[in-house]
Amino acid sequence: MPSLKDLKNRIGSVRSTQKITKAMQMVAAAKLRRAEEAAVAARPYAERMEGVVANLSASVAGNPDAPKLLAGTGSEETHLLIVATSDKGLCGGFNSSIVRLAREAIVRLQGEGKTVKIVTVGKKGRDQLKRLYGGLLVRHIDTMEIKRVAYADAKGIADTVLEMFEEGEFDVAHLFYGRYKSVISQVPTVQQIIPAKAPEGIQAPDLKGAIYEYEPDEEEILKVLLPRYVGVQIFRAMLENAASEQGARMSAMDNATRNAGDMIDKLNLQYNRARQAQITKELIEIISGAEAL
Amino acid sequence: MADKLTFNLVSPEKEVYSGQVDQVIVPGTEGDFGVLPNHAPFMSTLLPGMLIIKNGSEERRIFVQGGFADVTPAGLTVLAELAIPAEELKGEVLAAQKSAANDQLQRAETPEDSLAARRAVDTLAAT
Repeated sequence: MPSLKDLKNRIGSVRSTQKITKAMQMVAAAKLRRAEEAAVAARPYAERMEGVVANLSASVAGNPDAPKLLAGTGSEETHLLIVATSDKGLCGGFNSSIVRLAREAIVRLQGEGKTVKIVTVGKKGRDQLKRLYGGLLVRHIDTMEIKRVAYADAKGIADTVLEMFEEGEFDVAHLFYGRYKSVISQVPTVQQIIPAKAPEGIQAPDLKGAIYEYEPDEEEILKVLLPRYVGVQIFRAMLENAASEQGARMSAMDNATRNAGDMIDKLNLQYNRARQAQITKELIEIISGAEAL
Repeated sequence: MADKLTFNLVSPEKEVYSGQVDQVIVPGTEGDFGVLPNHAPFMSTLLPGMLIIKNGSEERRIFVQGGFADVTPAGLTVLAELAIPAEELKGEVLAAQKSAANDQLQRAETPEDSLAARRAVDTLAAT
């Protein structure tokens, strides 16, 4: 039976933990609003970009000179997995669920006899994947310094990836990230970025019978457009990730705060019972002492 | 002027301009071009420069860099990697852009790159 003092100390420590989780939840909520706004603001660009890619890829389909970023290298031997996670923990299962999705992909690809290479963006993903697949990690991109995701950051990552592609280090690239749906729901998502796959459901605009003119020609435009497309996809993934991370942290911390509250209630009850028991004991002692006289 | 042109200018970070306008002059790779309502479908890459939006007697200038202009029957969409309204282009922002443009000019390897960088430097110097 813990003493009254012990119980009091425990209540105090749980209460201070609760204060921390509560503060973290509020910070996450404030950051979430900003991250969500950024993610929403980036959507029009990404969507229009997809439209343009869909449009152009339809017009060069079947052309043997089509750029490799669109048509692929012709083989599918080496797969690059870009795994984007957060840098900080305490956000529930957010990172683990992205890593799990990546791990399933690795197992599947290895089962098919393909070579897998991994690039991690964000510290948590690297930590988790290093244990199991340390040998497959080819590069890590540190995002610790980034406070607010800017397009330039995503462009840097895209340039690294494109350089690797130019040097023939991989044939197919997939991007893993957590798509933000709502505060309580973040969906781990995988997306193929190289060769660029025109997303389904996007239709080329209706030209009313007119013919598209290109300046310079289609191939020149594609040469500029496709690297940008990769950059935009990575940018979007990073923004979605940032929003998802805060959302996941908010609900994780909300749970923690509630659990701490339950615990405090339970400990308080225990404390009060112990106190009452002690008072009763003292009274019995006094009364029996008085009776003995 | 019955018809208006639907114009959207988006950068990766946000939608910079969206609305109905009379005319937009876009700095294309192969020369500046103006887009009026009912323009034929057309797509061009951009050179760094001033994009001019004309609406009635109003005129807005926006510095754009890197991207595309896409004209469809639905309107004109400009996807720019960088888009800064001219009125915000001063002080520190302007200085930062100038030094970035000068850097690019130094590092330019192909004639196209150096042309683009030179345009950026010139446009920024003129503001």
